Amino acid sequence: MAEPLLDLERICLVRQGRHILENVSCQIEPGEILTLIGPNGAGKTSLLRVALGLMPPDSGEVRRSEDLRIGYMPQKLIVDRTFPLSVSRFMRLTGRFTERQMEQALDEVGAGRLYNAGLADLSGGELQRVLLGRALLRRPQLLVLDEPVQGVDVQGQVELFELIGKLRDNFGCAVLMVSHDLHLVMAATDRVICLNQHICCTGTPAAIQQDEQFLKLFGSAILPHLAIYNHDAQHQHDSCPHQGCSCPMGERDADVR
Amino acid sequence: MFADFMLRALIAGIGVALVAGPFGTFVVWRRMAYFGDTLAHSALLGVALGFLLEVDPMFAVMLVCLLVALLLFFLQRQQRLPSDTLLGILSHSALSLGLVVIAFMDELRIDLLTYLFGDILAVGSKDIWLIYSSAFIALVLLMWLWRPLLAITLHEDLARVEGVRVDLVQLSFSCLLALVVAIMMKVVGLLLITSLFILPAAAVRRLSRSPEQMAALAAVAGVISVCAGLYGSWQFDTPAGPSIVVAAALLFALLQLLPARQ
Repeated sequence: MAEPLLDLERICLVRQGRHILENVSCQIEPGEILTLIGPNGAGKTSLLRVALGLMPPDSGEVRRSEDLRIGYMPQKLIVDRTFPLSVSRFMRLTGRFTERQMEQALDEVGAGRLYNAGLADLSGGELQRVLLGRALLRRPQLLVLDEPVQGVDVQGQVELFELIGKLRDNFGCAVLMVSHDLHLVMAATDRVICLNQHICCTGTPAAIQQDEQFLKLFGSAILPHLAIYNHDAQHQHDSCPHQGCSCPMGERDADVR
Repeated sequence: MFADFMLRALIAGIGVALVAGPFGTFVVWRRMAYFGDTLAHSALLGVALGFLLEVDPMFAVMLVCLLVALLLFFLQRQQRLPSDTLLGILSHSALSLGLVVIAFMDELRIDLLTYLFGDILAVGSKDIWLIYSSAFIALVLLMWLWRPLLAITLHEDLARVEGVRVDLVQLSFSCLLALVVAIMMKVVGLLLITSLFILPAAAVRRLSRSPEQMAALAAVAGVISVCAGLYGSWQFDTPAGPSIVVAAALLFALLQLLPARQ
């Protein structure tokens, strides 16, 4: 079996005496789509930041395969109206790429006509496509996408997920993605990790619906209406059975919950 | 016929406007107006220390602004207090400390107004030399930081993931801004420094298609404001610094009346 691109081992992150991440271990294999789900405040974005090396974990280890190329698409890119940046300038802001490379990358994500558009004038869906195209420019082995369909209507979400699946097939890159939207995630993803500080459960999209812990966390009533489910983080956290923390942080410091 | 001091004022003002424009665009994009104010307010402490230690006030101002920029950078990294609270604490503490230090120097009477509102008509050739050499250094270094700064302005984490040394770039920019604030104080005074960052940049936003264009046009708008302001000051016998700012504000208002570009 191939070496994992990213190997997170027993990651703990503690802020103000509370666990943000509790003993989280996971690996990302080449070419797989891994989706993180969980209620608000479950630590999904924090886990992503740890994986990207933006935030050191308080304990645990992050191992990357050698020379790992990551294409990152942040959760929210707010472009100030005062900032006159075109899409093409944005594409080559931190790297040197030819016009042809940039046009190809935009064509790949169906945003070729936006090459000369102003970044601040794009709609939510267009901006997400441009961000994806930009991430592709680096020929990434791993795409890290933080809520890639945020602020996009349902039709647009379906299209974006189709696109992400297609990019994986065309480029063979792995995808690590955070999402709230369970239903659409399941269409494209290979493996789902449900996070609520710790890993509640993990499995393939088909299997996770049968998982008892998962049903407790989200409620079975949402299953036919996934798109309109409202998260209730506090309630779900209480109903989620975990026996305190067994991580080194918890042992060392009695105050850490 | 312009007198000598008027010519020197014009040369100094143009030098300051040329450097304030490009830096001002980043102040606008990165929402650093309050940061500019904080540096400007701490400039008074620099003036006071300059007199106390008998060194050139502009040099002392540079040093104090630089120290405040560094202090702020490290305090912000600790994330104990929100940024604007830290800015407020530093800004007003430094300003008040400056006023207190000045009050202690009985034998010396400093005309506060010249530092609050500038004294461009009194610049000498040494000041001009200092303004132009500092402006040159600041602009060259800004060009060097330009691309990473744009990347950070758009999204810090994205820049970091893509290999930009975010902390180093931010710290360098803060230090350069401190340098620029110090040379601007002579021209518009510490109370009006931020306006010369913001007004030209905001005025030309609608005309600009790229960051570079906006920076260049902001510099031009600044030069126009300096020329118009000094002319007005000469004609109507009004204080020079505030006249320049009024000219910049008029230019801003005028450019907003232009029809939107398609």
